[in-house]
Amino acid sequence: MVEFNLPANSKVGVGKTINVANGAKRAKSFKIYRWSPDDGQNPRVDTYIVDLDKFGPMILDAIIYIKNQVDSTLTFRRSCREGICGSCAMNIDGTNTLACLKAIEDVKGDVAIYPLPHMPVVKDLVPDLKHIYAQLASIKPWLQTQSPAPSRERLQSPEDRAKLDGLYECILCFCCSTSCPSYWWNGDRYLGPSILLQAYRWIADSRDEMTGERLDNLEDPFRLYRCHTIMNCTKACPKGLNPAKAIAEIKKLMVARR
Amino acid sequence: MASNTSDLRSPLARARGLGSAKDGTEHWWGQRLSAMALVPLTIWFVFGVIRHLGADYTAFHAWMKSPFSAVMMILTAVVTFHHAHAGLQVVIEDYVHVEWQKLALLIAVKFLSFALAAACVLAVAKIFIGA
Repeated sequence: MVEFNLPANSKVGVGKTINVANGAKRAKSFKIYRWSPDDGQNPRVDTYIVDLDKFGPMILDAIIYIKNQVDSTLTFRRSCREGICGSCAMNIDGTNTLACLKAIEDVKGDVAIYPLPHMPVVKDLVPDLKHIYAQLASIKPWLQTQSPAPSRERLQSPEDRAKLDGLYECILCFCCSTSCPSYWWNGDRYLGPSILLQAYRWIADSRDEMTGERLDNLEDPFRLYRCHTIMNCTKACPKGLNPAKAIAEIKKLMVARR
Repeated sequence: MASNTSDLRSPLARARGLGSAKDGTEHWWGQRLSAMALVPLTIWFVFGVIRHLGADYTAFHAWMKSPFSAVMMILTAVVTFHHAHAGLQVVIEDYVHVEWQKLALLIAVKFLSFALAAACVLAVAKIFIGA
């Protein structure tokens, strides 16, 4: 059955509290999930009380400050710090989002930060993305054609190009897939909203000639039809995209080609 | 998605798994269609039952004996059990992850749905044809 309780070695304990606010006017607590593969300990939540005047306005500014100035063992992914690389996806204040796009002032009270839900954890806030990257590779996210390569660009009308709007902007942060209960329970076989949105991005591309094969590859009770329109994906997307709609479009095409 | 250390397949081999079943659209579309059909059928059924509140056996019997009522009642029963079976199958596939338990439940639900639908159809047919 589905496991609603964490296994014994995953139960989260209370960690240490480090107060570096020193009577600051604007102090805030960050409660951050910590787990290391090296020490054989259960995960814990460490509390860092910091002065908000010491760093920028975003959650990512806070955790970079904590790593640089308070506790260098804190581990997380980040790169562009402006919402285009998708590296700093994590669960902040109960919602999957990008730490660089989430303002600290939007969180009332203490800031709880966990890794993306239901993924194996590599360390602290770093989830293991091996499987979901392999799922991405399995849908062949590149242009595939049968006709010989043209001597110039493959043409696309402005109308057909417009069909890719709302799809091409996906940065593969996986906030959506890891917010999806269906992906939690059946992520080994269900592709999840992010990968299905990517699949539809190529199905919807007028230049691609392998639409039928792409649909064949998705037509499966688990790969596609585990989507039960829960809509957490669309709610979670930090880029404002609509993976649920992309999945619905795939389902419509499945019926249309019968 | 527990990572299994004894599984040395590549991540891509695991993700591709046994390949696509090329199936599921029929099931999904059938579920939508039966849901649509159940809207008028359920309204007819509920109003029919309310209309016969306090009615005696002969009044109810006469209602069920009309060809329209008999057809509607059979449709309601068959479509309801078809829809319930499709829905329960999805629930079981979602939540039951031990293969033999999943298979046993899927078979039990399928057999039970067919048996109950057949019993309903027989009941209506018995009223309609004779007795």
